[in-house]
Amino acid sequence: MSMTKRDWQSITLSAVLLAVAACLPLTGDAYMLSIGITIAMYAVLATSWALFSGPTHYISLATAAFFGLGTYTTAIGIENGLNYWATLPIAAVLGAVLAALVGLATLRLSGVYFVIFTLGLAELVRQVVTWGQNVSGQKGLYVLTDITEVHIYWQLLVLGGIVYLTGWAIGRSRLGFALRIIGDDEEVARHSGINTSRAKILLFMVSGATAAVVGSMLAPRYIYIEPALAFTPMLSFLVVIMALLGGTGRLWGPLVGVIPFTLLWEAISASFPNQTTLLLGLSFLVIVYLLPRGFVGLIESGKRRMREREAFA
Amino acid sequence: MTTGPTVLSLRGATKRFGGLVAVNDMDFDVTEHEVLGLIGPNGSGKSTTLNLISGALKPTEGTISLRGTPISHLSAADIARRGIARTFQLVRLLPSMTVLENVRAGAVFGHRRRWGAEADAHAMRMLALVGLDRRANAHVGELTYIDTKRVELARVLASEPKVLLLDEWLAGLNPTELEEGIALIKRLRDEGRTIILVEHVMDAIRSLCDRCVVMSTGTKIAEGTPEEVLSDPEVIRAYLGDDDA
Ligand SMILES: Nc1ncnc2c1ncn2[C@@H]1O[C@H](COP(=O)(O)OP(=O)(O)O)[C@@H](O)[C@H]1O
Ligand SMILES: [Mg+2]
Repeated sequence: MSMTKRDWQSITLSAVLLAVAACLPLTGDAYMLSIGITIAMYAVLATSWALFSGPTHYISLATAAFFGLGTYTTAIGIENGLNYWATLPIAAVLGAVLAALVGLATLRLSGVYFVIFTLGLAELVRQVVTWGQNVSGQKGLYVLTDITEVHIYWQLLVLGGIVYLTGWAIGRSRLGFALRIIGDDEEVARHSGINTSRAKILLFMVSGATAAVVGSMLAPRYIYIEPALAFTPMLSFLVVIMALLGGTGRLWGPLVGVIPFTLLWEAISASFPNQTTLLLGLSFLVIVYLLPRGFVGLIESGKRRMREREAFA
Repeated sequence: MTTGPTVLSLRGATKRFGGLVAVNDMDFDVTEHEVLGLIGPNGSGKSTTLNLISGALKPTEGTISLRGTPISHLSAADIARRGIARTFQLVRLLPSMTVLENVRAGAVFGHRRRWGAEADAHAMRMLALVGLDRRANAHVGELTYIDTKRVELARVLASEPKVLLLDEWLAGLNPTELEEGIALIKRLRDEGRTIILVEHVMDAIRSLCDRCVVMSTGTKIAEGTPEEVLSDPEVIRAYLGDDDA
């Protein structure tokens, strides 16, 4: 299919926004940069999560497993003399392979089992890594590089750009159409000739590979990583909440949720450091009850109401 | 009209649900360009037979072949790609999509696969065939009942199937709609399509079917022209013995 004028407009707009975001380090404000990294990280994670979960409605709680896998790939790679840049594609491949295995094992199951399985998987991987570290006698690993916060930030922006382009391309492809059909009615999808397992596994692999690369990119920021940090289930839940807050019906939806929620979350974690889990649960309930389709849903029903009013005026 | 080559054949097709034998040792053939009526009282196993053919369910025993090639071990998706397409007894549409997108699903992923402008043009032709081209951009939630059935039929036709399975496509229509519906299927018949029609409406069976297979409690009890089977004492008994008939 050829590109329409609107396609070019949205691509140009996205490129401009990305360029503006890339200028953030020029302010020289370390706190701003630190929040910028957190936002960029969650934006990439939530957008790639929604690539899979948006159309299929499968809720994955395995983000932490992929993220931690990437973090450890980079840490172990650097410890064994690999160049940092070489560890990123390795993490992507490992993330995709793990996603394919999980997908093969679970995507035939119904949604509920999938949620439980992915949560269990993340915990299992964390326990295995903890056990592995105990055997080797270390609690964690040092990730010593000359990569600065600014570099991490820019890397995340580039990855974000790649995820957007990928999501945009998938949305226009047969695969994207197949996923929308699967999300609407899997029985119809199968009877229309769609290999539903393959479509879901492919998208889950994209999502898993991306989360693993994000983990790799963040490893140098932590300097010292241990399983409890790299595989924290909190990460999986935050990604789900932010993506749902923004709305998964549009490619830009998760980003709209990530920015306000990260800022809010920064404030909350600073003021109530001991109640974060409780507040996380509360935010989840509030979002699901008040904004079931996220900001995207709110914006689109607002637009529809405007149109209707114009039509009647 | 049993002159053409055999397109689909069932041999000993059986489906058990626990102790219940829903389809019992079914044998029949469908030849090219034939409209085969699959009739019988409610619960006699007609939908289950279609489910076995379309791959929604795997037969417990027996084989189903398309042009001599066994297909009963294949997934529903593979069977659809080989050219068997179906409607569902309870209409199934894609609720988040427009009429055109629903039909495009068949054009893009079915037996003959298209994409882009070609898929859209083909989907529009199918919508015109079922008389819905003017509602192409409507949301499926806005449609009347018969129009939802038309969309489903157009989606199925868009895949250019070799065999079309229609599960009570005429059920639930009011008298005017029924007339339109019968005319529509008649047009498909005149185009030379191969169709298995599960149906209760006697007028439709008489005017549309070349041949009928009659089922009762999972078993084939008669086979022949509509006149033959509808005057068969065993068929009459099966129908009269059932309250829903
Ligand atoms: N998935 C299923 N599980 C258990 N029993 C089923 C299932 N599908 C159909 N049946 C049973 O099989 C029998 C035949 O059903 P069906 O094929 O729907 O009949 P028909 O379409 O002729 O009305 C019925 O007794 C029905 O209850
Ligand atoms: Mg039925």
